[in-house]
Amino acid sequence: MRKLNLPRILLLVSGGILLLSLARLLAHTDDLTSTGTMSAAFGAAVPIGLAGLAGLWSERAGVVNIGLEGMMILGTFGAGWVGWQYGAWAALGIAIVFGAIGGLLLAIATVTFGVDQIVAGTAINILGLGLTQFLAKLLFTTAPGGGATQSPPIFGTLPHFTLSAIADPLTTVQNKNWFLVSDIAGIISGFFYQLSILTVITAALFGLTKWILWHTAFGLRLRSAGENPWAAESLGVKVNSYKYLAVTISGALSGLAGAYLAIVATGVYRGGQTAGRGFIGLATMIFGNWMPGGTAAGATIFGYIDTLQLRDDANIRGLVLFGAILILLISVYLFRSGRRNSGFAFGLFAIVMGTAFLVSKSFPPEVAQVAPYLTTLVVLATAAQRLRPPSADGIPYRKGESH
Amino acid sequence: MKLLRKIGESLLAPALALAFALVVTSAILAAFGANVITVFTQMWDYGSQASAIALILNLMTTYYLSAVAVAIGFKMNLFNIGVNGQYLVGGMVAAAVAGHMSLPGYLAIPITILVAMAVAALWAGIAGWLKVSRGVSEVISTIMLNYIAIGVISYLIVRTNIGEAVAFNVRGTRTIPLSGQMPGFTLPGADTPVYGFIFIAIAVGIGYWFLLNRTRFGFDLRASGMSPSAALASGVNSKKMALYAMLLSGAIAGLVALPDLLGSSHSYTLSFPTGYGFTGIAIALIGRNNPIGIAFGALLWSFLDVSSQQLDLIGVPQEIVTILQGVTVLAVVVAYELVRRNKVKAGQRSVGLALANQEAGA
Repeated sequence: MRKLNLPRILLLVSGGILLLSLARLLAHTDDLTSTGTMSAAFGAAVPIGLAGLAGLWSERAGVVNIGLEGMMILGTFGAGWVGWQYGAWAALGIAIVFGAIGGLLLAIATVTFGVDQIVAGTAINILGLGLTQFLAKLLFTTAPGGGATQSPPIFGTLPHFTLSAIADPLTTVQNKNWFLVSDIAGIISGFFYQLSILTVITAALFGLTKWILWHTAFGLRLRSAGENPWAAESLGVKVNSYKYLAVTISGALSGLAGAYLAIVATGVYRGGQTAGRGFIGLATMIFGNWMPGGTAAGATIFGYIDTLQLRDDANIRGLVLFGAILILLISVYLFRSGRRNSGFAFGLFAIVMGTAFLVSKSFPPEVAQVAPYLTTLVVLATAAQRLRPPSADGIPYRKGESH
Repeated sequence: MKLLRKIGESLLAPALALAFALVVTSAILAAFGANVITVFTQMWDYGSQASAIALILNLMTTYYLSAVAVAIGFKMNLFNIGVNGQYLVGGMVAAAVAGHMSLPGYLAIPITILVAMAVAALWAGIAGWLKVSRGVSEVISTIMLNYIAIGVISYLIVRTNIGEAVAFNVRGTRTIPLSGQMPGFTLPGADTPVYGFIFIAIAVGIGYWFLLNRTRFGFDLRASGMSPSAALASGVNSKKMALYAMLLSGAIAGLVALPDLLGSSHSYTLSFPTGYGFTGIAIALIGRNNPIGIAFGALLWSFLDVSSQQLDLIGVPQEIVTILQGVTVLAVVVAYELVRRNKVKAGQRSVGLALANQEAGA
C-alpha cells in the first residue's frame, strides 16, 4: 500500500467532499452537508472516537479490549450518579475514574493472570451491565426525577459555545447551496457550531495520543510491549507495567466516552444508552489501522452516517447515491490495478445501489442504520490484508517466558 | 479412583470460582443492607417450585444450544460473537416459513428446523468466508453482522409483508399454525409446559460429543484449533476447517430461537429476546466447551435468571445475579489459568526430579 502522507490524505478528504457535494446536488438533499447535520455528526463522532482511541491505547500495548462497552457503561453510570448531586464537572471526573477501574480490572485479569483477553473483556461487559443496572435500581428509584433505569438529570452542563465569528458567515454561505463551496462551509461551521468543550478535549486527546505514542521514548516502549514484549523485556522495558498503564488509560478514555453520552448528549444516565458504541469504537480503530488519525476519520464517518438517519429521510437517498459513486470509483481503480474479480464485484454493487437510487423516491431508515456496519465489513474485506495490528496483539505475555 | 480424581480436578476450578463469586455478591448485598440469607433462600424457594423448574428447563434448553454453537467455534479457535445475529436471522426466516406452512407436524417441524439452521449457517458463513478468503477477524465481522441482522430483520418485519399485525400494535411473522407448533409436556404441579425442544437440545449435546470425539472431522477440528501448523503437517487444511466450523457453529446457532418460537411465542416479533448469544459465550466458557460442563453451566445460568425474578419484591434488584454471573465468568477463567500454571509447574518439577535421579543413578 502506498504510504498515506499529508498530500494524499488531503486529496482523499477533498475528493470525499467533492463527491458528497455532487450527491447533494443530484439528490436534492440540501441537509446532507448543512451546519446542523455536520454539528450533530461531530457530536455523534465524539463518543465513538473516544472508544476507538481507548481501544487503540490498549491494543498498542498488546491487550485486546473487548470490554470497552462495559467500561463505557460504568462511565455513563458514574456520571449520572455523581452528576445529579454534584454537577457536570464532578460527573466527568468520576466517569473517568469508573472507566479506569474497569480498565484496571481487565489489566489484572489479562496481565497478572494471563487470561484470554477476549474472554476477560466479555466478562467485564457482563459485569459492567449487571453492576450498573443493580445500582441504578437501588440508587435512582427513590431519587427525585429518577427511575429504575434512569438517573435524575445531571445539573449544570459542560461549557459549549458557538464561535460566531467563524460559524455565522460560513452558515450564510452554506445556505446558498453552492456546489462544493457551501459544503465546505457547512463542514467547517458545523464544527464550530455548539461546540462542546468535550469535543475540543477529544480532538486534543487524539493529537496528544499521536505525539505520546509515536514521538516519545515512553510511547516507543509502550508500543514495543504490543509488538514484541519478549524483546522489549530483554532490553529492560517493564512490559507488564506498561500494559497495566495502557489498559487503565484505555478504561479511563472509555469512561470519558460514557461521560459524553450521559452529560453532553442526554443529560442523564439511562440504561442501554451506550447502544453498542464500544463495539463500534473497536471497529473504527481497526478501520483506522490502529492509528489515531485513521480512528478519528473512521469515527467521523460513523458519526456522520449515524446522524443522517435521525435527521431527514431524504438524506439517506443522498447517502445511497454517494455510496454508489464512491463504490463505482473504487471499482474503476480496482480494474485499473488489475484486480478484476474485486473490481467486478464492486462494479455490480455500485450498479445495484445506483439503480436503487434511480428507482426509489425514498429509503427506509434501516438503510442508514446498517450502513456503518456494512461499510466496515466492506472496508475490512478489501483492506484486511493491508491492515497491520500490533504483532503481539491479543497474545498473553508472561514475564521471563521466551517466545 | 482415577476417574473420580479427574472429575474432582475438573470441578475444582469452577467450584472455587462460584464460591468466590458468591462471596463477592454477598459482600455487595450486605453493603447495601440486604439480608444475604433471605436473598438466597428466597431464590431457592421460588426457583424450586414446579412452575419455576419448567421455566428453568426451557431457558436452559435455549442457553445450552447457544453455548454449544459458541463452543464449536472455540474448539477451532474461532470466537463466534455472532451467534446473536445468526439465531435472530435464522429464527425470523424459519418463523416466517413456518407461519405459511400448512403441513402436518412431522413434516412442518423438521422443515422449520432445517430452514433455521440453513439460514443461520449462511449468515455465519459470511464471516467464515471473510475470514478464510480475505483474512478478516471473525470477532469484528460477526459483531458487524449482528447489527446488520437487526437492521435487516426490523426492515423485513416493519416494512414488508413478511410482517403482519399479530396482536394490537405488534408486528411479527404470521403465527405458526397449531400443526407446526411443537408440543411440550407438563411437570406435575406446574402451570407452564416444558418445551419439547429440550429433547432436540439433548440430541445436539450427544451429537456434539460424538462429532468431536468419535469422528475424523472432530479430530481435525480440534487439531487445527490447537495448532494450525501441526494440523497442516498432518494434511488438514485448517482454512477449510475454519469455514466448516463457522458453518456448523452457525447451524447450531439457528436452533437457539426455536425453543421459544415453536414452544411459546409462535411468532417472531421485534421484541424477540436478543441476548442469548452473549449468554452462550459465558456458558461455553464456564463449561470449558465440554457437552456436560455446558449443561451444568446452562442449568446454573437459567436457575439464576429464573429464581431471581421475584427478588425485586423483597427490595433487592434482580440484577444482582448478573453481577454474580459476571464475577463467575471472570473468576472461572482466572481459576482455570491458575490450575493450568500449577500443573505445568508440577510437571516441570517431576521431570526435573526424574532427571536428577537418573544422573544420581548413573
